[in-house]
Amino acid sequence: MDTVLEVKNLSKVYRDFTLSNVSFSLERGYIMGFIGPNGAGKSTTIRLIMNLLKKTSGEVKIFGLDYRTHEKEIKNRLGFVYDENIFYEELTIQEMANLLAPFYFNWDEKLFQKLLKVFALEPRKKIKELSRGMKMKFSLAIALSHHAELIIMDEPTSGLDPIVRSELLDILSEYMEDGEKAVFLSTHITTDLDRIADYITFLNAGKIVFSANKDEILDRYGVVKGAKEALTPALKAELLGTKIGSLGFEGLTTDRTKVKDMVGTDVLIERPTLEDIMLYTVRGEQNA
Amino acid sequence: MDIFISNTAKEPIYEQIANEIKKLILQGKLKPEEPLPSIRNLAKELRISVITTKRAYEELENEGYIVTVGGKGTFVAPLSPDFFQEKRLYLVEQSLREVVETGKSLGVSLKEFIDLLSSLYKEE
Repeated sequence: MDTVLEVKNLSKVYRDFTLSNVSFSLERGYIMGFIGPNGAGKSTTIRLIMNLLKKTSGEVKIFGLDYRTHEKEIKNRLGFVYDENIFYEELTIQEMANLLAPFYFNWDEKLFQKLLKVFALEPRKKIKELSRGMKMKFSLAIALSHHAELIIMDEPTSGLDPIVRSELLDILSEYMEDGEKAVFLSTHITTDLDRIADYITFLNAGKIVFSANKDEILDRYGVVKGAKEALTPALKAELLGTKIGSLGFEGLTTDRTKVKDMVGTDVLIERPTLEDIMLYTVRGEQNA
Repeated sequence: MDIFISNTAKEPIYEQIANEIKKLILQGKLKPEEPLPSIRNLAKELRISVITTKRAYEELENEGYIVTVGGKGTFVAPLSPDFFQEKRLYLVEQSLREVVETGKSLGVSLKEFIDLLSSLYKEE
């Protein structure tokens, strides 16, 4: 398999926060969603991957290459979409593109012009006049126009309306079709990933909870609900983030089949969403 | 080929896709040996994960509905009339099983069941 992104034992130590031993890898042809609550360390991880921050220890390899020896090549083959504005506000879209184009040996001006039309971006408009959604699409147009093989996105959908988010999913689906590309995107809006992501890496409090095939995770985990009397100590030990209210309990299991064997028919076991998994796990850790 | 998948359904998406394609095949809307979209093309059209789509095709292949010919793509299997007959009944049996379970838990008798079924069947 052709690994495009490999992160091994990556750590970054701050005075009040530690990202510790983060490891995962992504192969060509797939989309990986990077989820976790605010403050989990997602942006720190992405900045380390982008070489915008100095790591304390560990390893990051992109296309099998190291920044120390191949920074230029990596940046040429990589597209980056950031949630904050990284362009010059006073320039127009076309001026900004003209400034960036010479840095890329694969720049495709024809494709860029086509994408501006598809994304309804007016080349003479100044960056500062663009909405959040337009800025995100402009960043994507830049990434696609230099034929990036891997696109890394930090919270591309935060603050965007459902229409623009849906457009982004269209663009990504199209981008993935030839099987040669890969996308790594962080988000806390997990519904964007429920359908499109192949793999999910879940980060909480600076540590990886899991990095795995999304369908397998959704098949294995389960939300368990039932009457208070049904919550035996054995069952309670199986559940994460359990909440007990006047109408019963609910919690998350990492092994649906096991819980099914433990309980009767009066307990409801549901297939979770990514949001459920994130919510119960984070709550479980906070209570622990 | 028309496929609809629901975001709110209880079944996982790969199961929904597999079931939709089965239905199209059993209804004769997809003919034996007709080509199917590639995994990546279907994933793009439905805006879903490639792995999810792959899994749906694997399931269909295991159950004998489709075949993958190396280098050429995926096709509806050359199915015999016996296969259709067997699968049709099997699918109905599966749905009925659920209904029977619900009925039993509510104390509905076999006679009541049969009466209800025949009147429902005639309704259309």
